[in-house]
Amino acid sequence: MTDAGRIVVIGAGHNGLTCAAYLARAGREVLVLEAAHQVGGAAVTRELTRGFRVPAVAHLLQLLDPRVQKELDLARHGLALARPALKTVALNPEGEPLVLEGNRIVSGPASAADRAAYPDFIDRMRRYAGVLARQHGRVPPRLAWGSWREALPAGLIALDIRRLGREDMREFLRVVTMPIHDLLEESFESPALKGAIALDAVLGTKLGPRSGNSVFTYLHRLSGESQDPALPRGGMGAVSEALAAAARAAGAEIRLSAPVATLIVVDGCVTGVKLESGEEIGAQAVVSNADPKTTLRTLLGARHLEAEFARRLEHTRSIGTAAKLNLALAGPPQFTGLAPALAGERLLIAPDSGYVDEAFNPAKYRDYSRSPVLEITVPSVADPELAPVGKHVLSAIVQYAPYDLAAGWDNERDAYREILIGVLERHAPGLRKLIVAAEVLTPLDLERQFRMGGGHWHHGEMTIDQFMMLRPVPGAAQYAMPVAGLYLCGAGCHPGGGVMGAAGRNAARVVLEGAPR
Amino acid sequence: MRAPAGHYLQTVCYTPFHSRTAAANSLNLWHRWRDHTVADAYFDVGLEYTALRNACAVFDLSPMTKHRITGPDALPFLNRLVTRDVAKIKPGRVGYCLWCDDQGQVIDDGTIFHLRENDYRLCSQERQLDWLLTSALGFDVSIREETEEVASLALQGPTSCAVLKSLGLAAIETLTPFAMRSFAFEGTELGVSRTGFTGDLGYELWIDPAHAERLWDRLFEAGEFHGLKPMGTHALEMSRIEAGFIQAGVDFLPADRAIRADRTRSPFELDLAWLVDFKKPNFTGRRALLEEQRHGSRFRLVRLDVEGNKPAKDAYIYDGKRNVIGAVTCSMWSPMAKASIALASVKVPFGAPGEELWAEIYYQKELKWSRVNARCRVLTGPFFDPPRRRLTPAPER
Repeated sequence: MTDAGRIVVIGAGHNGLTCAAYLARAGREVLVLEAAHQVGGAAVTRELTRGFRVPAVAHLLQLLDPRVQKELDLARHGLALARPALKTVALNPEGEPLVLEGNRIVSGPASAADRAAYPDFIDRMRRYAGVLARQHGRVPPRLAWGSWREALPAGLIALDIRRLGREDMREFLRVVTMPIHDLLEESFESPALKGAIALDAVLGTKLGPRSGNSVFTYLHRLSGESQDPALPRGGMGAVSEALAAAARAAGAEIRLSAPVATLIVVDGCVTGVKLESGEEIGAQAVVSNADPKTTLRTLLGARHLEAEFARRLEHTRSIGTAAKLNLALAGPPQFTGLAPALAGERLLIAPDSGYVDEAFNPAKYRDYSRSPVLEITVPSVADPELAPVGKHVLSAIVQYAPYDLAAGWDNERDAYREILIGVLERHAPGLRKLIVAAEVLTPLDLERQFRMGGGHWHHGEMTIDQFMMLRPVPGAAQYAMPVAGLYLCGAGCHPGGGVMGAAGRNAARVVLEGAPR
Repeated sequence: MRAPAGHYLQTVCYTPFHSRTAAANSLNLWHRWRDHTVADAYFDVGLEYTALRNACAVFDLSPMTKHRITGPDALPFLNRLVTRDVAKIKPGRVGYCLWCDDQGQVIDDGTIFHLRENDYRLCSQERQLDWLLTSALGFDVSIREETEEVASLALQGPTSCAVLKSLGLAAIETLTPFAMRSFAFEGTELGVSRTGFTGDLGYELWIDPAHAERLWDRLFEAGEFHGLKPMGTHALEMSRIEAGFIQAGVDFLPADRAIRADRTRSPFELDLAWLVDFKKPNFTGRRALLEEQRHGSRFRLVRLDVEGNKPAKDAYIYDGKRNVIGAVTCSMWSPMAKASIALASVKVPFGAPGEELWAEIYYQKELKWSRVNARCRVLTGPFFDPPRRRLTPAPER
């Protein structure tokens, strides 16, 4: 191995693996360094307790870029779906739940008017989300461009919006910065429906339904190929394993338990990395899958940046508010009113938009919600191998649980777990007795265990002011950092969070251009 | 550091020398400099200037913004902040420097005093605490504004060394330009640096404000037979134009105050390329300045010898034809150069040394306006640059 042409990728998260696979396929010598003992970052399947395996952090696949799937031939590398499209079920402790599928209200407490309006609403939102989807595969334009060639991508965005047609374009521009709550108020009347959509808009963000920009985050969620999320066979770790297999097959080397301590900077250029073990590895280019602040402040050091750039980075918002609850259960949970056939679907606790917004309030003041919002899956229903026969694992994303909790998570974690289990117990009486093992991962735990700065699932808020050419900050939004030899490829870059792989794929293109052999 | 409660309510401040400057100011001419009350002139601008160039003069420098930068990362911090290599400024030395924003546009210029290992003072025209703290992200430094904690005087002119000798500062003549030294002074410490803003032999004196008035008194006793006079801002302004020094807010707009992109200037555009050291791997503005070096600058700061005796105040500069190519930033009749002189910012490619340009000068006689187009020649080097400025030992006459 020679240092001269080697590319080091820091982090074997799904974007790091995607990037590594593309770089290796282009014939480059690629070394992926992963701090953990398994690949996947936040898309991993871990053993919770003996015989029970859970998707530790991310638990649904909704945004995976179809180009990545196809070009890396992930099916051949072992990616299979236990369920290609989950229904959404808004739980209702008083009776029948609301069931949504595609653009349809299947059953449950929704008015006739809402049943009629829902398909149009979803179709319209999907068209708007299409504008975002068309940006996923593009390197964002620069804010200050010097030539027509650089200005062209900016023009393409305008063109994508214009191609919606006059009526849609106007409506898109009207709603895109709105609070989802206001859009729901003018569109629907059934609380359960509004609650379900509100949850989709704010999950993983530090926004409430009454926050501006929450329509935009909703569109981001809808910008995947299929509207309904899928459940990979073997948990989310299976996606990462397939990406790793694709990268290895293309010739990339992946080293586990190899945490990087710092980047090596010589004469203002990144020339390699130094591991926590002290080992130094030279490289022509270093691509970081870590979040932007971790990469630039911790691994590189602000002193190697320019002052205004460092200040801008410092002020990007990346306070995680989503926690994770993982349970090993001795039997199937019995949710009130839920038909057994729906037990494996995506279950929501978000009875109405106002409830979600009230759950958000404490997070503003560094406290967690006592009446939280949950997105629950019981993946072992569709994928029985995750748990011993007849037993189950439950995985829930919980909001709102701010990273910067005033009382400190190490003091509050146990109390918080009890609150969460209490909420589940109210919707599924008897669940508490089934618990074999329980794990709550607060944003602080996500930072510690998965090295996501601020415990933010998306490596930074997915808001318009931190989107595309503003993600993570102007001057670094094209994957190449201001310091030569350093690139970002994670969710902190365009197009952002969710298991997509698009950032990794785009970054690889930029690296190949910027660091030719 | 926390400011004293209610400090912002105090909008009129006096320097530690105010009792003395007030007594000396027979013209009662004052202006506001960073909230402080300072003299425009004390008795006659022309005579104050004459004292400066032929004997010596004292200027109350106390309102100049002073920052103290300490800590293990003080040097790397400063090296990332400014464009020149601060490692070359050894303890006991002073360096002129400037700093830029990310776009390579000048925010301000100033002087770095290397007091001791990991301990620096940065003096600047503008308040810079916000930018310094912004620049401190990721560095182990402590930054404090200490403007109010240090009283300072500029003692400038050919007999300035003799005055300090009379004051009892032993071997002061051996102090080299841009060096500083501490002296025991009546129970306190007096810092002396061979620095200034007049382009002449001169010193700046630094002392605890509690001892300021006594320093002033002793200085004037010592200077009695050396022609020492107090000097206001007007006379200082004349001397700095003759020396070819630039001033923030006059010859360039601090980049952090500019709204329009073409109003700012880079170090190259201020004729200060010698302050930019690309051998340093990183400083704020480096990438933009490298780019500018490759693609060329937009403007050039030139020194002009203007024909005739009319000061070219605010004059437009024309090329040989009828195109406006720039404007004068400061101008004066220079008694030392016996010429009307000006600094001007002109568009590239104009302003090559020796080039002939034209200044459109408006002037007034008894409220009647007239206009003259004066021929200008682009000079190299300052208008006034006496050898005594650099000599060590410093001449005592």
